[in-house]
Amino acid sequence: MSDLSVNFCGVDMKNPLITASGAYGYGREYVDLYPISAIGGISTKGTTLNVKDGNPPPRIAETPSGMLNSVGLQNGGLERFISVELPNLEKQDIAIIANIAGGTIEECVELVSKLEGTSVDMIELNISCPNVKQGGAAFGTNRDCAAEITSAVKRATSKPLMVKLSPNVTSISDIAKAVEAAGADALSLINTLLGMRIDIMSRRPILKNNVGGLSGPAVFPIAVRMVWQVANAVDIPVCGMGGISCAEDAIEIMMAGANCFQIGAVMFNDPYAPVKIIDGLNEWCEKNGVKNISEIVGTVKPW
Amino acid sequence: MYTQGLYEIIKKEQIAKDTFDLTISCGKLSELAKAGQFVHISVPGFFLRRPISICNIDKENGTIRIVFQIKGKGTDVLSKFETGEKLDLLGPLGNGFKLLDPDKKVITIGGGIGTPPMLEVAKYYGENATEISGFRTKELVILQDDFKAQGNKTILCTDDGTAGEKGFVTDALSVSIEKEKPDFIYACGPTVMLKAVSEIAMNNKIRCQISLEERMACGVGACLGCAVKMKVLGNEFYGHVCKNGPVFYSEEVIL
Ligand SMILES: Cc1cc2nc3c(=O)[nH]c(=O)nc-3n(C[C@H](O)[C@H](O)[C@H](O)COP(=O)(O)OP(=O)(O)OC[C@H]3O[C@@H](n4cnc5c(N)ncnc54)[C@H](O)[C@@H]3O)c2cc1C
Ligand SMILES: Cc1cc2nc3c(=O)[nH]c(=O)nc-3n(C[C@H](O)[C@H](O)[C@H](O)COP(=O)(O)O)c2cc1C
Ligand code: FES
Repeated sequence: MSDLSVNFCGVDMKNPLITASGAYGYGREYVDLYPISAIGGISTKGTTLNVKDGNPPPRIAETPSGMLNSVGLQNGGLERFISVELPNLEKQDIAIIANIAGGTIEECVELVSKLEGTSVDMIELNISCPNVKQGGAAFGTNRDCAAEITSAVKRATSKPLMVKLSPNVTSISDIAKAVEAAGADALSLINTLLGMRIDIMSRRPILKNNVGGLSGPAVFPIAVRMVWQVANAVDIPVCGMGGISCAEDAIEIMMAGANCFQIGAVMFNDPYAPVKIIDGLNEWCEKNGVKNISEIVGTVKPW
Repeated sequence: MYTQGLYEIIKKEQIAKDTFDLTISCGKLSELAKAGQFVHISVPGFFLRRPISICNIDKENGTIRIVFQIKGKGTDVLSKFETGEKLDLLGPLGNGFKLLDPDKKVITIGGGIGTPPMLEVAKYYGENATEISGFRTKELVILQDDFKAQGNKTILCTDDGTAGEKGFVTDALSVSIEKEKPDFIYACGPTVMLKAVSEIAMNNKIRCQISLEERMACGVGACLGCAVKMKVLGNEFYGHVCKNGPVFYSEEVIL
């Protein structure tokens, strides 16, 4: 067995696999197949201060090698997260990353303030959700806004702060640098890419929201490119995601510069993906003489 | 409780135009399955699984039957699978129908390709179940002999009168209720039909459960993709077809 453990921003994880926000709920849905404790960490469903209904259906559209979603951050609000979901997650031996989203800077500040003193290991600030009208991606596509919200939230929390970047920008490394300068402890990327599908018979968009976020294997090369660009632009650790569907993809994104990674949509195709990817990492490391998985981070040799 | 695995197709039959009936040997999945639940099927070449209702459960032989119609490219590929080949199924998923004492009188209503999930629930009630099935036209009619073989009374309707009575299932439902008020109604089919059935049930003060469809990703309640507007105790919110359903009491959803 190789050593898959990683230390990410001071948080110890038994392996570098984190289930991505919005794709794994709060970890309750897959326990029939394998114990949650198999994964390294969970990034919980985007939590807002108050209950959020989300967008009207349909919220899902299939795409070549992927999917669009327009869930719209449906969640039960922070109080429910703390009183119902956290106690259950605490019992698992996994890193708990609270993914938060707010319509305003004040809301995000209040969210992290209220998470002080809880068992949450790390905050993932979502400034990149393409599915909400207010806030969301608006923060993540403008350098100054991204920096402003990052520094406000950083001041309000003693937990490591990871900021989740939007790929729907011209230069992701510019945003990354601004967020780093504003005090972020880590970056995660990529959130979904804005996309659209149309039913050609009804001439209606499939999603009731008209547009939605693209994820799944289709976005993987974009994620690798962006992780590589960002990892080269900043000194803080990076959590890579976007279309990872097997152990080889995970290794590839780590070689591009990710210290750990998240998987989302692949689990809809293969619910056993987390377990298979972890097994695959072990096998690959062993076969290739890698003693600790962290050895491979950023080892791509660009031409 | 659900499971996932590669399961062998042991029988395949085309039972109507573009409509296929697969019997799948799936051991534990069959053991766990209840009427009204569904399986989430991985189709080679497609990223998302396809949800299909469980039509019939044979726990003794460890099999289930699914009946589906070709609607798009995914179900087209699915229709090419042959006996002896294996399908990747996740299931059984969803909540299933509420089953009363089998002595109660019930009406089951299937509209078109919504008919398959009615077979398993009607089986439970035997001669106490009346199945009302509606199809657009004769060449789409399915499963009538199966309902009869398990002792159900059947009423067949077609929109164009080419088989059974000419008319909609809702007409037949109203007539049936007038003759003898059932204790419960189960229905699956197009939304317009479900709306009309729910209304008739409500007007006659009969409890009614309907099985809904929505586009799905995970199928297990993790992604919140398959939203349906629900109304419980005066509160409106989005529930999820794969987890809170696919079976709902008619009064708790807003169609
Ligand atoms: C709980 C449930 C039970 C079902 N049971 C049956 C059944 O027993 N027999 C049967 O023939 N059909 C059933 N359906 C509908 C069936 O899932 C769709 O016809 C099928 O997914 C279409 O796939 P496609 O690739 O052929 O169509 P495409 O239109 O090419 O599919 C594109 C995407 O849209 C989704 N999609 C399209 N139509 C539907 C729909 N009506 N409901 C949900 N997702 C859809 C597909 O799953 C896929 O992700 C059921 C649906 C649900 C939700
Ligand atoms: C159904 C769904 C819901 C999502 N919800 C959230 C969310 O609430 N917050 C967030 O930051 N990202 C959310 N995402 C984005 C994912 O966390 C991830 O960034 C993206 O899907 C790319 O990874 P993948 O290709 O492995 O899915 C969601 C993605 C999907 C598919
Ligand atoms: S399909 Fe994911 S919640 Fe229903």
